[in-house]
Order: sequence, then structure tokens, then C-alpha cells
Amino acid sequence: MTKSIILVGVGGQGTILASKVLSVGLMRAGYDVKMSEIHGMSQRGGSVTTHVKFGKKVYSPVINDHEADILVSFEKVEAARWIGYLKAGGTLVVNDYEIHPLSVLTGEAKYPEDVIGKLKAEVPNTIAFNAAQIAAGLGNVKAQNIVLLGALTKGMKLDETDWPAVLKDLIPPKLYDLNIKAFAAGADQLK
Amino acid sequence: MKEIMTGNEAIARGAWEGGCHVAAAYPGTPSSEILENVSQYKEIDSEWSTNEKVAVEVASGASLGGARALAAMKHVGLNVAADPIFTMSYIGVNGGLVVITADDPGFFSSQNEQDNRWYALHAKLPMLEPSDSQECLDFIRDAFELSERFDAPFLFRVTTRICHSKTIVELGERTEVPIKPYDRDPKKCVMQPSSAKPRRYFIETREKDMREFSNNCKYNRVEWGSERKIGIIANGVSYQHAREAFEDMGDSVSFLKLGFTYPLPDKLIEKFASEVETLYVVEENEPYIENFTRQLGIKCVGREKLPAVDELNAGIVRGALRGSESAKGYSVDVVSPPRPPVLCPGCSHRGIAFALSKYKDIVVSGDIGCYTLAVMPPLNVTDSVICMGASISAGSGFSKAFRKAGEPASGKKVNKVFGMIGDSTFFHSGITGLINAVVNKSPVALCIVDNRITAMTGHQENPGTGRTISGEPTQRIDLVSLCVACGVKPENVRKIDPYDLKSMEKDIKDAYNADEVSVLITTQPCALIKDVQRKRANVHCAVDQNLCIKCKGCMRVGCPALSFRDGHIEIERSMCNGCTICAQVCPKGAISQVGEFND
Ligand SMILES: Cc1ncc(C[n+]2csc(CCOP(=O)(O)OP(=O)(O)O)c2C)c(N)n1
Repeated sequence: MTKSIILVGVGGQGTILASKVLSVGLMRAGYDVKMSEIHGMSQRGGSVTTHVKFGKKVYSPVINDHEADILVSFEKVEAARWIGYLKAGGTLVVNDYEIHPLSVLTGEAKYPEDVIGKLKAEVPNTIAFNAAQIAAGLGNVKAQNIVLLGALTKGMKLDETDWPAVLKDLIPPKLYDLNIKAFAAGADQLK
Repeated sequence: MKEIMTGNEAIARGAWEGGCHVAAAYPGTPSSEILENVSQYKEIDSEWSTNEKVAVEVASGASLGGARALAAMKHVGLNVAADPIFTMSYIGVNGGLVVITADDPGFFSSQNEQDNRWYALHAKLPMLEPSDSQECLDFIRDAFELSERFDAPFLFRVTTRICHSKTIVELGERTEVPIKPYDRDPKKCVMQPSSAKPRRYFIETREKDMREFSNNCKYNRVEWGSERKIGIIANGVSYQHAREAFEDMGDSVSFLKLGFTYPLPDKLIEKFASEVETLYVVEENEPYIENFTRQLGIKCVGREKLPAVDELNAGIVRGALRGSESAKGYSVDVVSPPRPPVLCPGCSHRGIAFALSKYKDIVVSGDIGCYTLAVMPPLNVTDSVICMGASISAGSGFSKAFRKAGEPASGKKVNKVFGMIGDSTFFHSGITGLINAVVNKSPVALCIVDNRITAMTGHQENPGTGRTISGEPTQRIDLVSLCVACGVKPENVRKIDPYDLKSMEKDIKDAYNADEVSVLITTQPCALIKDVQRKRANVHCAVDQNLCIKCKGCMRVGCPALSFRDGHIEIERSMCNGCTICAQVCPKGAISQVGEFND
């Protein structure tokens, strides 16, 4: 059976690196893996989505509507924007963290209220925590992506992979210690 | 060795393995990473060319000189390069020649959705279409040799989902191929009527040979299922979608997977069609394979069920061909505010766009690049965007129309046409338009927003940056002297600092009043350039809450580092680079720059 994970966030949050670590880890565990990213204008603060699929044999690199087993959202309203990807009974992992788009910053639009509450009311399997705060506590808010990855891999019981080794290969040496801690802290959220 | 690679990385690897010697490209999403990766292989002489036509001509010359060569571009780039491509089809090759076109079904980052497979048909160029990264690697590796065998440049057609999806690939080694000997051969290489006509006949023969090959090659293969009820013809990523759409039917469905798609394999399609009960053709955008199939007198189902617009996925294919309802999911009662891409904090395009937004009686003929984002609120600057380079030339046309219209009875009264173009775009195709405006006396005011990089597509070097693709220093083309050489009077070419609204005012006013062509060139580099970031790392703007009257005037510059929260204006320090545009529009002087520049 193919499993589908969609990672969504805002340009600059590190969704693509997290997806890369995830894909390499899954490949090393012996799965066929496909990952598709739409990053056209991500650097300009746009919304970013990455699809990761793995299993014995994966054909299409793209996840269909309502067919993702897991949606990992790096930001609250992005979870609401992309919730249509999640299948009934699927799991939502959401960073309880806000990044305001320009329309909200200028006061033209409002950042919606109680997003987490509404997500939880609709999606029974919702795991929400503030990964940005955890990462900031470890010394660098940018490691929030790896905190979320730690939670994801723990939740999916993907323990055939030596994740620290994958991180070592894909992350610059000076950020390695931080990211190992971030990964573990994320996993701890699901204890 | 196994690795997980994007299609673009795999293309670069395959080109290297296939003995490619020379590579040229102009950036454009989703193709840009092809050359970025190719340039990592030291055996390949790589360059960013000034535009796609130049890239194809460089690759063509290299091929005629005996080297294996490639040129890469996004789909609209092939329009720019169409001229050399159509005639290179006549000339053929010496060393293998491959032209890569990266199409963008779904408009992820493009101004149109053209399906470049028609170019293969139109220019009679053999075409390969891989369906995952492994095929990207294998197909391009083989393409050079095939190109030499058929004496034809190859079109290598990929799409966004192929370029930007990672799949697992098995890597090989490079086959080192010597540069072929060069012998002068005007009958083959100098295309004028007397030599071109025989080559035209040659193309017809070549076409027959290639169709024969298409019918028998490994790139086109039948994958028989256990039954013959349903047969599917598919190409590229559509093949993967179709496979997934019928996956739950086990191996009962049969496929004709097409990878060599010009010339299409007539015999193979006829044979496959004759053995299946219902034939589907699954392809994105245009009915390219379907039309051909129908011309063979074969009934098939394709476009009548599948959408012409946007990319496909397995869910769409399943719904369209099997009528299956899509799975159940969730919806949440939250209105997510849109998050379109915006000009970055500290963007050097913001100041000039803001200054132009003050003029209500102008038309801004726009171009393609980050500055196109000025069209969004609150700046609302830019009236039209057509294609790269059109700002100045379409601006000339605008000014002709307004001159003819005189005092309009209704509509907007326009007193001046401005053009806005980036540095990379100006070098790409703005220069000819500028010369044209000067010679034909169209008094357009051109703003060259020179941020010293090709920003939109991910920071590639261009003729104004003084570096080559490998980072080597090279001649930097000076925009001021270039514009003067184009015939703009020296006093009408001015450099302006887009971080200084006051100082720009007079020059913009002069340009507005000029009755001949004028050029304003901005001088601040892109805020995301590493060196700029380092220099400005400790500089930012801060709001004095005691002075702020909360008029929100500063928010009119549309900077994402500014926000109005809990009744006061805040500037997000980690985002702000201290450009001070917001400070300059504050009526109370409540915002100031703090911190020191690094040197
Ligand atoms: C013919 C063609 N080639 C390539 C592209 C892709 N493309 C869009 S914008 C751009 C470059 C913009 O660079 P520049 O003009 O310097 O503006 P900046 O983004 O740096 O502001 C490119 C290459 C395109 N749209 N059309």
C-alpha cells in the first residue's frame, strides 16, 4: 500500500528540507519513494506544498484530493487551506504557529480565529503543538521543520531508518547538533 | 549507486553520462536547475546565455563543430528560440544536439500553458518524453547518440512534475566521446534556397526512418495486462497518473507507454488499438497523441472526458474515465486569507514602484520578473505584461495609440507611458525594443530595475553581474553606456537610488515630462543576495511608538515586515533590512533606521 504525506507551509519555513530528509530516510528503509514539490515562488513568501509518497511501488508523484494519509502543516491557516488533501480518518500534524500574509498585515483581511479549535473539531486525529517555540527554545526557530519531522516519523513509526544518520548527511555540520535535538524534541511530543 | 533525484538533476546527470561537452541555457522555471546542475560537471562547458535563442545557437554551433551539446529552457523560451530550431532541423547535427523544453501544465510559474509537443510536429524534430527521473537520465544519455544517428536535433520535453519531482535513479558512468572531426560542408550547413531545398527532401526521408524507429524502439513499449478490455496510451507523467488511476484493477489493464513521441509510432498504435476493446488516451493539455490516433482512423476516448486545462493527477483520470467518486475528506470552516507571493522586505523594486504609484495619469507597460509583483495591492503598478522584453516595445505601441486618441472622450487620460524591466530581462530582449523606441520616436520612459541578478528564477548570473555560471569573474556590461549606445541621449539616462524616494522624485518627473526616450536605472541590488544580506544583517527600522499616530501611511508601501497589531505598527526585525522606504513615507518621522552596516 502506498502511503501519502503532504507537507505544507510558507516559503522560508524549511518544508522542502524536511521533505528531503523524509524522502531519503524512506529510500534508505527500502521503499520506493516519490516526492513532488511546488516551490515556484516560495522565496517570495508564498504558500509551499510538497507531496511525498512511498510504498512497494509508487506511480504518480502527486497526491489526489482527499487521499493524503497525513497532512503536516507548518502554519495554522495553511492547514485549513490544504485540509482538502487529507483523507477521512487521516492524521493532521499542525504547527500551532501563525505567519500573517500581507493582506492581514495591512489590515485588509483578518487572520481567522480559533483555527486549531476548528481543525480539531473536524479532524479527530489532530496533533497540534508549537514547533516554532520548541525550536526557539533550542536556540533557533528555523529548526521547527525538523521538530515537525521528528513528530511525523515518530507518529508513523518509521523506525527502520537511522534518522540521525540521514540528518548528518543532509544538514550542514554546524547545525547538526541543533537539528538532532529538534528531531528528538518533536518525537517527544507524541509520547 | 542509487540516489533520489529531481528530474532536473537526473537530466544533468544523464547529459554528463551521455558525453555532453557543451551546455547553454537561459533560466526559467521549471527548467533552471538543469544548467545549475550541469555546470557542476567539469567535463561540460556550461554557460548562462543572454536568452534562449542565443543558447540554442551556441549549442547548435557546438554541435556543428563536433561537440555533443544541449540547450535548456522553459516552454516560452522555445518561442524565443524557434527561429534557429526550425532551421537546425534542416541542417541536422555533427555532434549530438538536444534541446530541452520544460513545459508548465497548471501554470505553476508561467504566463501561459502552451504544449510544446506541437513544436516537434511543426519543426519535424524527433522528441523524447521521460516519465520519471530514471527516464530523464536514461533518455537524455541516449539522445546524443540518437541525434547523431538520425542527423537531427532532438527535442526533450519535460513538464513541471517531471522536473520538480524526486524519484529513485540508478547512476551510471560517463562515456567519454571525442569531439567529432569538423569538415566544412556548406551544402549541409549554409541554409539558403539552393541548399535548403535538398535538405527539405532529406527531412522527409529522415522522418520515415525515425517513424520506423519509433515503432520498434525501447522508448515506446506495450505493457500487456492480463485482459484486453481496457487499453491506455499515455506519455510522460500522465502515464504515472493513469497507472495509479487503474492500480486497484490489478494487472488487468494494458498500457502503451510512449516515450518517443515524434514521430509517433503508427504501426504500434494500430496494433495496440486493434487488440483492446476500449482505448483511452491519457495526456495533459493538448490532444497531441489523440489527434494522431484519430487520423489513423482509430476510435479512442481522450479529450472528450479529460480536461484540456491544468495538470492531471490520478484522481482526475479516475474520475473522468471510470466515473469513480473521489474519496471522502474534510472541510473546515476557516477562510484562509490568500498568500500570494509578494515583494520581499527590503526589495529594491519597492521604492520605484511606490514612486510610480503616485502618478495617476500614466500607463506602466510591464515585464516579467520580481517587479511584476508590484501589480498587487497596495502598489497596483503595472498595466500589462505580455512576455519578456515587451515592456518597452508594447510601451511604444501604447504611446502611439494615446497620441492618436488625443483627448479621449471617456476612459483614462494618459499623459505618459513608462516601461518597467529587470536587468536580466533587458539583456534578454529589451535592447532591441529600446533602439526601436529611439529610432521611431516613441517617447517612453523606461525604468530598468537593476537588482544585479536574475532574481525571480532563483538568482542566476546575467550580463550585468560580472560573473559566469561557474562564478568566474567576467566582463560586466554597463547599462548606462549600453543605453547611450542604443541612441538614448546621455542626459536622458540617469541612475537613481530606489531606496531614496526624495532623490528619485526629480528624475522621475523629468522622465515624465520628456518628449523623447528616457531611461532610469536603479542602483540597489536584490536584498536576498548573500553579500547584501551580510552587509545589512544588523540594520533595521524601528518605530517610535510615542511619535506614531497610527495613520498606517507606512503600510501603503506593501512591506511584509510591517504589521498593524493590537493597535500599533510593528516592524519584524528578523525580516527588515533597514531599506527605510516606510520611514520615508511616515508623516511624523516615527520610523528610523537603527544598527550599523557590516563592511
Ligand atoms: C522567454 C522567457 N524566458 C524565461 C522566463 C522566465 N523568467 C521569468 S522572470 C525572469 C527573469 C527576471 O529577471 P530580471 O529581469 O533581472 O528581474 P528580477 O526577477 O531580478 O527582478 C525569467 C528568466 C520567461 N518568463 N520567459
